[in-house]
Amino acid sequence: MKFMQARTSFKRGLAAVAATFALFAGPAVAQEPIKIGSFLSVTGGAAFLGDPEQKTLELYIGKINAAGGVLGRKLQLVSYDSAGDAEKARTFAKRLIEQDKVDVIVGGSTTGETMAVIPLVEAAQIPFISLAGAVVITEPVKKWVFKTPQTDRMACEKIFVDMQSRKLSKIALISGPGGFDKSMRAECLKLNKKYGIDVVADETYGGGDTDMTAQLTKIKNTPGVQAVLNPGFGQGPAIVTKNYGQIGITVPLYQSHGVASKEFIKLAGAASEGVRLPAGALLIADTLPASDPQRSVLVSYKREYESQFKSDVSTFGGHAYDGLMLAVEAIKKAGGTDKAKVRNAIEATRGFIGIGGIFNMSPNDHMGLDLTAFRMLEIKGGDWTLVK
Amino acid sequence: MSAEFMQYLLTGLTVGAIYALVALGFSIIFNASHVINFAQGEFVMIGGMATVSLTAAGLPYLLAIPLAVAAAALVGLALEKFAVEPARGASVITLIIITIGASIFLRGLALLVWDKNLHALKPFTGDAPIAFAGATILPQSLWVLGVTLAIVLALSWFFGRTLLGKAMLATSHNRLAAELAGINVRMVLFLSFGLSAALGAIAGILIAPITTTSYDVGVMLGLKGFAAAILGGLGSGVGAVVGGLALGIAESMSAGYLSSAYKDAIAFVIILVVLFFMPSGLFGKRGGERV
Repeated sequence: MKFMQARTSFKRGLAAVAATFALFAGPAVAQEPIKIGSFLSVTGGAAFLGDPEQKTLELYIGKINAAGGVLGRKLQLVSYDSAGDAEKARTFAKRLIEQDKVDVIVGGSTTGETMAVIPLVEAAQIPFISLAGAVVITEPVKKWVFKTPQTDRMACEKIFVDMQSRKLSKIALISGPGGFDKSMRAECLKLNKKYGIDVVADETYGGGDTDMTAQLTKIKNTPGVQAVLNPGFGQGPAIVTKNYGQIGITVPLYQSHGVASKEFIKLAGAASEGVRLPAGALLIADTLPASDPQRSVLVSYKREYESQFKSDVSTFGGHAYDGLMLAVEAIKKAGGTDKAKVRNAIEATRGFIGIGGIFNMSPNDHMGLDLTAFRMLEIKGGDWTLVK
Repeated sequence: MSAEFMQYLLTGLTVGAIYALVALGFSIIFNASHVINFAQGEFVMIGGMATVSLTAAGLPYLLAIPLAVAAAALVGLALEKFAVEPARGASVITLIIITIGASIFLRGLALLVWDKNLHALKPFTGDAPIAFAGATILPQSLWVLGVTLAIVLALSWFFGRTLLGKAMLATSHNRLAAELAGINVRMVLFLSFGLSAALGAIAGILIAPITTTSYDVGVMLGLKGFAAAILGGLGSGVGAVVGGLALGIAESMSAGYLSSAYKDAIAFVIILVVLFFMPSGLFGKRGGERV
């Protein structure tokens, strides 16, 4: 009897505790933040990608929250530094999904990190917007995976189109050992025939190499070279460009979108005059005609970023802006954070004007950009100019 | 053909001169302590990065370069004082591991003090390439070659003619005998770190206008300099210079005439072959331990 009493009082106590919890939890549920998960290479070799991406996410989540949030709920950023390491990226993605229980993941600065995470997000069925470049991320299409940056394939196409218009049909390639270099080189070698372009020389250089005059001399002495293409990023292209000027090669030099930053012009110096490269419109935001549909988005992002962080805006931060905004728009459209609905809403994105271009997603295209997302730029007088 | 050859040779010499300076740094510390200082590449980085930030602050090269070299030397001395000396009883392997730790630490520190970006230095005297026997060379390459030559001459004077230099040389030949002769071996070790760091920093400053610099530029240059030192024979001054130049020329020749994809591999195969027939390097001390 006594025992029974004890049990009922225990039960009563439990109920009281539960009620108390419910009392506190009740209003909290309505206010529960929308969790945006992210893993970025904030440090390490790919820090020039992850750093502006992280800053952009923080800046715009802060701004959205200050303006009242999304659907009356605040956004909460849960972000980890994967330091360019695919293994770390996997661990953090697991943590985002299982412990932090985020609603959507926007992140993955490099292709390696992104590819390592894809099996996890596919299994957990959570929308994932990658900020990395390679074609393999969205080809073949994966149900839960999207991406915002233009691909290296598009960069090759843009360059080849420009070469065609200048009647350049015999070109030399020179590239480095990085994943970006290799991937873009392979894409270019797949596409060149389609544009009637012959690759007559294909040179490479090592990571941390300090001089490429030997390779370039070889290219210079290859008969018939009409242009040189250097897919790559970081130090390599800057040295290639300098050496190019040094040994006096006169045919046009093309760089990739990997060096689309003011820093490149500064590093390569006077030798960068006349270099052409495909890049997002962000670099020339201020000089775009008022009729350009992207202009207002670009100018406002550039102003916000530069006034907040006192450093030059970068294309890579723009990828994070696009990723975040695509997610936010989709959550608004889905009317909540139901993962399947959000995913469908992202896939249904049409005419979204972002930093990277105008996005038109579809079930067969989880990137949603076309060649208009790239502009062909030429360096003139130490600044970017649009090639007409 | 010969113009091509000339271009590869000039390229190889410029790169090789930098490898030689880094290799000299390895050799000096190796002589004093039998330690291979894997933080040598970081001194190269500190030299370049410090000059970048000092010139950005408005200092002229004449002031910025000595300051940057002094800063690197101070870091070198501090490394010896606070990391190597407290462990002086430990085995050589332990000391080497300490220098690996120090290199990671210095790289991390550079990331905090400076940033992750690449930086370019203005060439000392102009940017216009000079035509030479059908090839071209940058004025900065002449600086690299000239300063390297001057340093090699200064070092040979230092080790051959000054008391301190002779003391360092004596320590490298026989540490115990040197100590018995009244040489402060600990002081020699201390100074050798400062000297190596200064050499590394000079290499870093000379090369920065050609190749740009960043917080992690020391990793690769350190490795190549180490390979050059091994090729020439660890501990030999002549060996370091010859090894550096040979490595640089081997790299550029194989990039030019064979395959740029395998140029590093070819250079390292040459090193392996040399070491197979001459295990102590081109100019290393012959013979094993005497029993």
